[in-house]
Amino acid sequence: MTDVAAELLEIELTVNGQRYRRSVEARISLADFLRDELQLTGTKLGCEHGVCGACTIIVDGASARSCLMLAVQANGKDLRTVEGLTSGPELSPLQEAFRRNHSLQCGFCTAGFLMSATALLADNPTPTDDEIREALSANLCRCTGYETIVAAVAETARAANPAT
Amino acid sequence: MKFPAFSYRAPSTIDDALRELSAGSDAKLLAGGQSLLPLLALRLAQPSVLVDLGNVADLSHVSNGSGRVTIGAGTTLAAIEDSSLVAESLPLLARAVRHIAHRPIRNRATVGGSLAHADPAAELPAVALALDATMTVRGVDGERRVPAAEFFAGPFVTALRETDILTGIEFPVASGSWAFLEVARRPGDYALAMVAVGLQREGDTCTGARVVVQAVGSKPVRAAGAEKALTGAHVDHAAARAAADALADEIQPVADIHGSSDYRRRVAATLVRRAVLQAAGEGGSND
Repeated sequence: MTDVAAELLEIELTVNGQRYRRSVEARISLADFLRDELQLTGTKLGCEHGVCGACTIIVDGASARSCLMLAVQANGKDLRTVEGLTSGPELSPLQEAFRRNHSLQCGFCTAGFLMSATALLADNPTPTDDEIREALSANLCRCTGYETIVAAVAETARAANPAT
Repeated sequence: MKFPAFSYRAPSTIDDALRELSAGSDAKLLAGGQSLLPLLALRLAQPSVLVDLGNVADLSHVSNGSGRVTIGAGTTLAAIEDSSLVAESLPLLARAVRHIAHRPIRNRATVGGSLAHADPAAELPAVALALDATMTVRGVDGERRVPAAEFFAGPFVTALRETDILTGIEFPVASGSWAFLEVARRPGDYALAMVAVGLQREGDTCTGARVVVQAVGSKPVRAAGAEKALTGAHVDHAAARAAADALADEIQPVADIHGSSDYRRRVAATLVRRAVLQAAGEGGSND
């Protein structure tokens, strides 16, 4: 086992617009790589087997479970995590809507929801409520009962596209 | 929930991948990883070597020609979901893929991975059987084509040997009208019962029927009794009920913590009745 564990692989990737080059073990998940190696702890670990969505990030423009990717699979890819939603201390419009609508309590699921919602709105800027619920069904929340999360995403979409 | 240690290989050609699979023992292919990585996380699988197909070119494509749609094994489920070609030529597949997990999973999961994994409650094996798909398999001894009816052997077991790679799936362009229904506790969960129904009709009379049931046994099966009840019949509520009754008699559903055998039998029969009516264009979701 020691031979296997010592095998390090070079990867190069972009996260929130910044390029990184690192050496990683093959067994390290992308979620653990982001958190432990890059110190981007906004992305959370929930179930670590693809069900809860707390680890959701955006990979090459598409939402993905970072707990179900190896760090080595992210080689050459362009990632966005929750830290990349804003560049300064102010909240993004989506985050503001979450704050206003009380869309979080413990906040543990929130990063995953923000990334799922961001991916949805990039693909479909004017989603119906049903489409929002369908997209966000990829994420679990134990605190809020989901209604305020859906409301925040709907409000954000409407504010960005007032004609609808 | 951390993955166990393994050696990692990332070949750039199928031939290199075949070599890696044959080189040692206990090597597993990694495609989207959406089925394999959870197994590693739960320590239900601990392969010594993972052979990542991510760098192999030309495994991801959707094309048509000569009345067939060919889908590369590396094509993501999201690409299939978004494909207008699939929506037009294989509406059953387009409909079924939306039921698979959730979008972030579909963005990474591949059609080849799902078929090779052969979960007995998965959508794609049922669709492959319903549409008479043919799997293209590369092995150390060359290429072979395996019809769906011979591909799924049992739970998580297919005609693939340890050293084989599924490279593509070919579907004849589907004619007739199709319906796909499943019951799961939450959308995206593995199904408790699943049916795919296809009807060929001349006027109101069914000239050919395809009824596939999944998630009630060890692999997708064609319900011959239900198909017989429909063939030659005027497709109406009575025929749909007859098909449902025939199905209830011919399946031996599993019992597990998610549902009893009797529950699965009733749900599967109800789904067949509704699917027949839906395929015939009469709705049928009200009873």
